[in-house]
Amino acid sequence: MLNPELKLNSKMFDEKIEQVPIRQGFGEGLLAAGEKNLKVVGLCADLTESTKMNLFAEKFPNRFIELGVAEQNLASVASGLAAMGKIPFISSYAMFSPGRNWEQIRTTICYNDRPVKIAGSHAGISVGPDGGTHQAVEDIAITRVLPRMIVISPCDSVEAKKATEDSVDTDTPVYIRLAREKTPVMTTLKTPFKIGKAQIFWEGKKSKVGIIATGALLYKALLAAKELEKEKISVTVMNLSTIKPLDEKALVELAKKVKGIVTVEEHQIRGGMGSAVAECLAKNYPVPIEFIGVDDQFGQSGTQEELMRYYGMDDKSIVEAVRKILKR
Amino acid sequence: MDLAEDKIEELKEKANQIRISIIEMLVEAGSGHTAGPLDMADIFTVLFFHTMHHKPKRPDWPERDRFVLSNGHICPLLYATMAHSGYFPISELKTLRKFGTRLQGHPHRDFLPMLETSSGPLGSGLSQAVGMALSDKIDHGLTSSRRIYVMLSDGENECGQTWEAAMLGGKEKLHNLTAVVDRNNIQIDGYTEDVMPLESLSEKWKAWNWHVIEVDGHNMEEIADAFEAAKGIFGKPTVIIAHTIAGKGVKEFERDYRWHGKPPNREEANMALKELRTLGGKIRSEHE
Repeated sequence: MLNPELKLNSKMFDEKIEQVPIRQGFGEGLLAAGEKNLKVVGLCADLTESTKMNLFAEKFPNRFIELGVAEQNLASVASGLAAMGKIPFISSYAMFSPGRNWEQIRTTICYNDRPVKIAGSHAGISVGPDGGTHQAVEDIAITRVLPRMIVISPCDSVEAKKATEDSVDTDTPVYIRLAREKTPVMTTLKTPFKIGKAQIFWEGKKSKVGIIATGALLYKALLAAKELEKEKISVTVMNLSTIKPLDEKALVELAKKVKGIVTVEEHQIRGGMGSAVAECLAKNYPVPIEFIGVDDQFGQSGTQEELMRYYGMDDKSIVEAVRKILKR
Repeated sequence: MDLAEDKIEELKEKANQIRISIIEMLVEAGSGHTAGPLDMADIFTVLFFHTMHHKPKRPDWPERDRFVLSNGHICPLLYATMAHSGYFPISELKTLRKFGTRLQGHPHRDFLPMLETSSGPLGSGLSQAVGMALSDKIDHGLTSSRRIYVMLSDGENECGQTWEAAMLGGKEKLHNLTAVVDRNNIQIDGYTEDVMPLESLSEKWKAWNWHVIEVDGHNMEEIADAFEAAKGIFGKPTVIIAHTIAGKGVKEFERDYRWHGKPPNREEANMALKELRTLGGKIRSEHE
């Protein structure tokens, strides 16, 4: 059942559950952060409306900088602003930032120790019709290898708003991964959030399998849990929105209770959240793991549903992965 | 503003001492870059001993001008100039590139926090300087008087990011930003015009709405005047294209691109030091 302590959406499994793009939460969070803290500045590379930075730009034109299609400049200009005490947020599509400008993020932000906050929108394959060039499924891998970088992949717009506001108070670089499409709102304003803390969203009695999900696919994991409950297969579902630093204690605690783990992410299997979980558990408490994600391929055009089915990231695939664990 | 004769001689002597330190550091380290540090020594000397507002004993003084070294590989010059200015002991220069040193092979703020930026990979310094200038512009608008100085190599004008930053600097009319391009005509693979023709550099910068000043990069008075003139330019950033002689100060090294990325051996260093010390003696005797 859903964890009552987290005060999650009471209409979680209602067909008409409210759906909001995760990037909307970033836009609202940045606006709120800008109201609270005059040091917050926003920078964008010609995607202000798409990344929802327009909410901040319209309210604080003096603290907003439009750089044009220049993502390398975006990262390093933000570094310079941070050097003078500003708290810069940069936004673009994840494919371009942190994709195109990775070296500038590494050297001028992380190596240089400048606490720039990076919002990568349109992450994952759910961008759909735009096709593979615009579907970032490598961004978690390339950000989590960077020293000092915090990596957050919020599960919905409400969590994205909290993550954006809280990232202001960190003195390190932060990467916030955002999705374009409408996503079921699973959490509420009352759901606690802390960067670096994993949360159990669903707990079955005497769970056999732990499902660890990040980002919007957490909802598919919850649907899978509900489906499995009907078959009397009990699972636990964890929201791992902070991928770095990893909540190792929570991961080991979960691994100790179950036979195996299924990781779920809209990202390449290699190097992503599942890899991070595997690194932790292989060292501390090895259990069998099945990985749901993109298997060494690029994306393509299609509807969200079609693509999720094709790449094996829908709720049915999660159910099958759980069965696989039980057979291992 | 004309520099007094005495001041010019003092700056020349300082630059000579800094060049001597550079050779001593490089031969001790056994690796590093020679040509760029030698040819930019006069410009760094004018900035640190005449133009810039800074307090070597208080490197975190909030009102200081900002100094960004984009082409991090010429850091022997930055370290030597900082040491001669009083930021840290001159004796520390000999630790360059050694394990545990504050003077990393390319500048790193983790080891030497008084640096404004860590640098090495080319092409990102101008962006950071633009960010710093923007920060002051956001806070103080057209009245912001602090200067942001950024040093670029001519090779960095081959990096796309440099032009991204130049465009933004022009768009934002950053009057508080002065860039210097070390036009020494060499880079690691050869002469710039063979590797990737850059001319006309000045027309390129003008096209992005920058005020361009060209100077003899070894004439103290011209250099100082250019920095002063930049302060009076309204509504535009300024770039000073400094025509320099690669490896300036040691005849055997001058204009030869092969000195871009290697240090002198002991014998070459002794020859270079002799030449520089003789020049130093000349400057002093003329001065007296």
